[in-house]
Amino acid sequence: MAAPDTDQTARGAFLKQLWEENPIFRQVLGICSALAVTNRMFNTLLMCAGLTWATTLSSLTVSLLRAYTPQRVRIMVNVLIIAVYVIVVDIVLRAYFPQVHGQIAAYVGLIITNCIVLGRLEAFASQNRPGPAVCDGLGAGLGYSAILLLVATVREVLGFGSILGWPLPIPLARWTIMVTPPGAFFVLAVWVWAARAWALRRQARAGSDGAGR
Amino acid sequence: MILAQANTDPHAAAGLLVVLLSATFTDNILLARFLGMCPFLSVSRELKAAFGMGLAVLLVTTCTCAINAALYWGVLQPLEAYHVPAESLKLILFILVIAAFVQLMEMVIERISLKLYFSLGVFLPLITVNCAILGTSLFMVNKELRGLEAVGYGFGSGLGWMIAILLMAGIRQKLKKARIPPALEGPGITLIIAGIMAMAFVVFSGMIKI
Repeated sequence: MAAPDTDQTARGAFLKQLWEENPIFRQVLGICSALAVTNRMFNTLLMCAGLTWATTLSSLTVSLLRAYTPQRVRIMVNVLIIAVYVIVVDIVLRAYFPQVHGQIAAYVGLIITNCIVLGRLEAFASQNRPGPAVCDGLGAGLGYSAILLLVATVREVLGFGSILGWPLPIPLARWTIMVTPPGAFFVLAVWVWAARAWALRRQARAGSDGAGR
Repeated sequence: MILAQANTDPHAAAGLLVVLLSATFTDNILLARFLGMCPFLSVSRELKAAFGMGLAVLLVTTCTCAINAALYWGVLQPLEAYHVPAESLKLILFILVIAAFVQLMEMVIERISLKLYFSLGVFLPLITVNCAILGTSLFMVNKELRGLEAVGYGFGSGLGWMIAILLMAGIRQKLKKARIPPALEGPGITLIIAGIMAMAFVVFSGMIKI
């Protein structure tokens, strides 16, 4: 599991979730939806908005209720709190984006069991004051969104030759594989690879500077 | 009543087989729907652990999908006529059923067989948050499967998940001796293997249409 959270300032918690402890790159959590909704950027944007909303507000709620929640039924209570916010997302999507709702409805429902949301509630929100908890949730949601958009951009440009549904002016051969499931795995793998390689190189440089290794 | 209908229908047996096979292979919950990825990446290091996890998922998916189908089509959906928001409430219903079932399962297994408890026990709490389980129930509603078909769908998708994690665990055990770039080790290489496996499963996709 993630290292215990010692940094309890709001800004620190936000930045840490956004990059240092990025839920997808570092912890490889919650990637189910990262793979399933990313073949169109527009669907991805809506999904990210939904997840960010759910993590932020459920972090706030859990943090406010942390003194009154019995330890034994903690997980059940957390899951129900997330479920309430996810249902709001579901209703909003159905009302304003019926077409997209048809495509990603099942994955929106699955935000409830998304390990990122539950993980942040367990590791941070249930032990911290509301202010930092909200920032932590928001950071995790935005960190997740950033990676999803990276994956979605690559998949839509290569698979459909468009960005947000607008066709690109340059002619591109369509890569069918990018639209199909395997494409999602490959694109995410390459991004994870790149992020880790960059982090490793920075670590090595910091190590040789500091310890003279 | 739904069960009785399924039994008297001569095409029911064939239909059931199609649902089961498509859930296992063409519509594999893990490789085509991307559900249950977190345990798939973290528990697939050892073949033995993967087997335990796979078995637990198979058991829980089959049972919860059947219970959820009965509750949704039997209770929640008829209530929609009285302005009950069934579409929204199903999320809460399903997650409660799954959590309660897993808790019950843990207690029952502990009573019946300690040996089984120690091989399955560690994985059971993890299962409540395995999205493959909730996902199977949600797709069951989308596909409008009832009665026996729902049981078949639950069993098929659990089996598909188990096959996928066993294959992955086997490959990863061999990989221990391979030389992999350091940055690609762990999740990176596992994702690439999963991609190649997904390509293999895409081949099945033309075979069954439902």
